[in-house]
Amino acid sequence: MLILSRRLGERIVIGEDVVISVVEVRGDQVKLGIDAPRNVKVYRQEVFDSIQQENLRAAESPLKLPDLGL
Amino acid sequence: MIRIQTKAYGPLDVDERQVLHFPDGLLGFEKFKDYALLDAAQKPFFYLQSMDISELAFVLIDPFLFRPDYSVDADDALLSSVGIERPEDALVLSIVTVPADGSPITANLMGPLIVDRASRRGVQAVMTDPRWQTKHDVLAELAAAGK
Repeated sequence: MLILSRRLGERIVIGEDVVISVVEVRGDQVKLGIDAPRNVKVYRQEVFDSIQQENLRAAESPLKLPDLGL
Repeated sequence: MIRIQTKAYGPLDVDERQVLHFPDGLLGFEKFKDYALLDAAQKPFFYLQSMDISELAFVLIDPFLFRPDYSVDADDALLSSVGIERPEDALVLSIVTVPADGSPITANLMGPLIVDRASRRGVQAVMTDPRWQTKHDVLAELAAAGK
């Protein structure tokens, strides 16, 4: 993994068209600004992880489905 | 008709119009891209049955059934990657988790499946609206919606 030190207001450029800037640093929280083309998906890792984890749980569902009364 | 092996119903003939293709697969299941959409015997559920392995099947539900206020805010580029240009092109389904321990069934509104009705290509989208979580209690929210 490449590790770079950046100060407030400084940027990192990834490839041709992704720019990440350090917008705010407060305690252990860092606010990042991300400029990327629309086709580049940017998500928080934990959102991705929670959907993936839920998919794995869902795949274990037993075959007996409940009656919703619908 | 195509004969497939299903987890719920054994061998089954499906119409090619029931076959969905997810170019990126589902999160955690990226290798499996081809599924058949089946009506479950128990309404109003569907099965998303993998065409590759019979043991892989997801239970699906129409999220608007129990959350009439649900809205899918997905990126245009993501939608057009599967051929969706207008909202009416899209079929939206949520994956249901049925816990083995008998606790309430939940639906994942954070990662809906969005399918282009014409091309039958789909994608699992990621919602960023904090209202939509991975575990919505379907029966409780259905009861709340009916009030």
